[in-house]
Amino acid sequence: MAPRTAPADPVVEMYGITVERSGTRVLDDVDLLLRPGEVHALMGENGAGKSTLIGALTGTVPILAGDVLVDGAPRTPESVARSRAEGIATVFQESHLSPHLTVAENVMIGHEVRRWFGIDWSSTRERASAALAALGLEDVDPRAPLEDLSPATKQLVAVARAIVLEPRVLVLDEPTSSLDAAEASRLLGVVRRLRDQGAAVLFVSHFLEQVFEVSDRLTVLRGGRVVAEYRTAEVERAELISKMIGEDIDALQALHSERLSHHYAQPGEVTLRAASLGRRGVLEPTDVELSRGEVVGFAGLRGSGRTELARLMSGVERPDRGELWFDGARVQLRSPGAALRYRIAMSSENLRDDGIVAGLTVRQNIVLALQALRGWTRPLSRGEQDAIVDTYLDALRLSPDDLDRPAGELSGGTQQKVLLARLLATRPHVLILDEPTRGIDIAAKLDIQRRVARLAGEGVAVVFISSELEEVVRLSDRIVVLKDREKIGELSNGPGVTVDTIVEMIAADTGEAGPDAEG
Amino acid sequence: MSATSAPPPRTAGRLGAVTSHTLFWPVVALVALLAANTIFRPSFLSVSVLNGHLFGSPIDILRNCAPLMLVALGMTLVIATRGIDLSVGAVVAIAGAVALSFIATAPEPEAIGTVLTAIGIALVLSLLLGVWNGFLVSVVGVQPIIATLILMTAGRGIAMLITQGQITTVTSAPFKTLGAGFWLGLPVATLVAFGVFGLVSFLTRRTALGMLVEAVGINPSASRLAGVQARTIVWTVFALAGLFSGLAGLILASNVMAADANNAGLFIELDAILAVVIGGTSLAGGKFSLSGTFVGVLIIATLTLTVTNLGISPLVTPLFKALVVAAVTLAQSPVVRRKLAERAVRRPSTSKAVA
Repeated sequence: MAPRTAPADPVVEMYGITVERSGTRVLDDVDLLLRPGEVHALMGENGAGKSTLIGALTGTVPILAGDVLVDGAPRTPESVARSRAEGIATVFQESHLSPHLTVAENVMIGHEVRRWFGIDWSSTRERASAALAALGLEDVDPRAPLEDLSPATKQLVAVARAIVLEPRVLVLDEPTSSLDAAEASRLLGVVRRLRDQGAAVLFVSHFLEQVFEVSDRLTVLRGGRVVAEYRTAEVERAELISKMIGEDIDALQALHSERLSHHYAQPGEVTLRAASLGRRGVLEPTDVELSRGEVVGFAGLRGSGRTELARLMSGVERPDRGELWFDGARVQLRSPGAALRYRIAMSSENLRDDGIVAGLTVRQNIVLALQALRGWTRPLSRGEQDAIVDTYLDALRLSPDDLDRPAGELSGGTQQKVLLARLLATRPHVLILDEPTRGIDIAAKLDIQRRVARLAGEGVAVVFISSELEEVVRLSDRIVVLKDREKIGELSNGPGVTVDTIVEMIAADTGEAGPDAEG
Repeated sequence: MSATSAPPPRTAGRLGAVTSHTLFWPVVALVALLAANTIFRPSFLSVSVLNGHLFGSPIDILRNCAPLMLVALGMTLVIATRGIDLSVGAVVAIAGAVALSFIATAPEPEAIGTVLTAIGIALVLSLLLGVWNGFLVSVVGVQPIIATLILMTAGRGIAMLITQGQITTVTSAPFKTLGAGFWLGLPVATLVAFGVFGLVSFLTRRTALGMLVEAVGINPSASRLAGVQARTIVWTVFALAGLFSGLAGLILASNVMAADANNAGLFIELDAILAVVIGGTSLAGGKFSLSGTFVGVLIIATLTLTVTNLGISPLVTPLFKALVVAAVTLAQSPVVRRKLAERAVRRPSTSKAVA
């Protein structure tokens, strides 16, 4: 247990780390020191090299030049297993867990409690439960298969796997991206406790406030280089942001006021209308109207039904009650492909599983939906593809060098832009975006939000869903508030509406209308 | 456990580009096989004209590989969508049995009309069997290996029922043309198989079918959300696999003019999977290479002929197949390639040591 006062000797030292990937330098001469009893935040845009640096530390990314020292001794990182043996535990960005194993098995894999004859399952489960309880997951059955859990709980299970060994070095790569506020603050509490027990923590998050709340020191990466290092207590938010993106801070404000003036414009005619649309155990019957040229925000906590509503309105999931009307005619959307024929396009919150086709190139990913719409017999010619791709290259600030690379190699922010381009290529009348800005950097967020604002200006009916209520308030003309699988109200956005307005609305709802007890 | 995301080996220059091409090692294996045969028997590669037909070992290879070419074609598409079709051999047997039984009971077995009807019935039935597989996989959601195992097991029984347990033999010159005839000096079977293969290759790359198949194979869920009719695509490739297997069955039956429910197309599913794998298409689905499958089929056909030529008992052919497959897959494996590349790099420069 290192005392918190004196700066202890670093447990991990990384000097001059340089990494190349397919010829381009993704890390260039990066130094990083992790000290016991300290939370070190790693900040930067997508593609700044944060994940690569973590990979270099844990041994999943080969290093071209530079040294990694653990306890002052040089070491060649070889594998995650080896790193764990040295006390370095990592929680990866999108949790790499085994869906068919139980929760306990996922937490304890590789560290099962052993007796003279095989695994002691009851002790193993006990230790797993203890780790889960520390994260506030007392009610999760360690025998339940992981796949039955919500994405947020899965992410916490991934954290439990890392902390179960009480590691000396804990690496958290976007651990809070799919957590709601309460879950996130509980996780931050655990991080603080581990720090106070003397662990060195490397913390990566796009949530600025969480970084300020939990970290002691900050390293800012941009374009694979370290651009600044601060003590968290000594840095201004504005300075940090400008270090990360170098620009654009005013642009966000400009966007907000631009949207505000738009709020007073007359909304267009109703295009998509849900009448008592619902599905048993998924969403209570809900009424929503979307109009041309209007951004409607779906606000609510995780699990409130905002994603479910979006899926029911876009043919991803089939409703079993209620009706959907498009331009005055009743429609049945049997699949996302069917919805697309009405020009209703939807992007899922789950980028990696339901969004990007990792093995196809960026170009193919962009034209995929339009091609599916036209049918396989009418291929888009190279010229048509180029025309489509060029349109969105500039608008979304994509790099032409990336076009023929597999989309899976790109950063999350770029993948989100590719996904947006794919939907825009179909010239949608209704565009439903579920968490299009999750886990991506400020510059990419800004690009996407700008684009959304412009689309509304062009007459598209947009649904915008985000866990970050600031974003919803900034962009939306109207906000549909959901709670416990039910719509609890609707707000017309205006100067008086803030994040607090929505939070109070959710808090004030006592659930008198009450969803059926049955889930 | 160990690092999986090592950088690709950087082999310099044009030679590197050639050797790292996915088809490099399969083509090397094919050329090596042909060379070995030529050394053993210098006349191996010579082709002569006899009665207006081309004759020689290369022509034999091209003719013998026709059924496998068709089966492997369907298999490649199925594998690209993350599936597998174990029932192709059974469909081969059923198609042969149906066609020959029809011809045998027809009043005029030599009539063109009879033969065309027989072929038509067999092909429609094969297509329906493929549709059945596709239904189980794409609608019911049965895993492909289980879904097609059903027909693999049941299919030969169905063929037995059709032939009533006999090996049906017929005499019908028009039907014999399909498997043993020549046209413009070339075997009809080869022309049919290569024609279908070429047509499908053209269709997959000149229409968007190839991309959509790959998208579904790489990420079915994301493809569905992008509006791709994933179910239809999976269903279609299984139906095509059935149809192509049926055509293969007709060629096989026509070649021997007999329908043997027990042995026609026996283990052809394994040869087809081998050909696909040799050609560099991953069993995990996604990216597929029809040209790779083409080379894979030629390797297997050449190998079979080689064993016969060398005077080795055909019973040990599987052993030789296994050796070639092992060699080609090892040569294509990323791990082996990296090791070879490291060895090649280490010699000129040793500067990579830890400071």
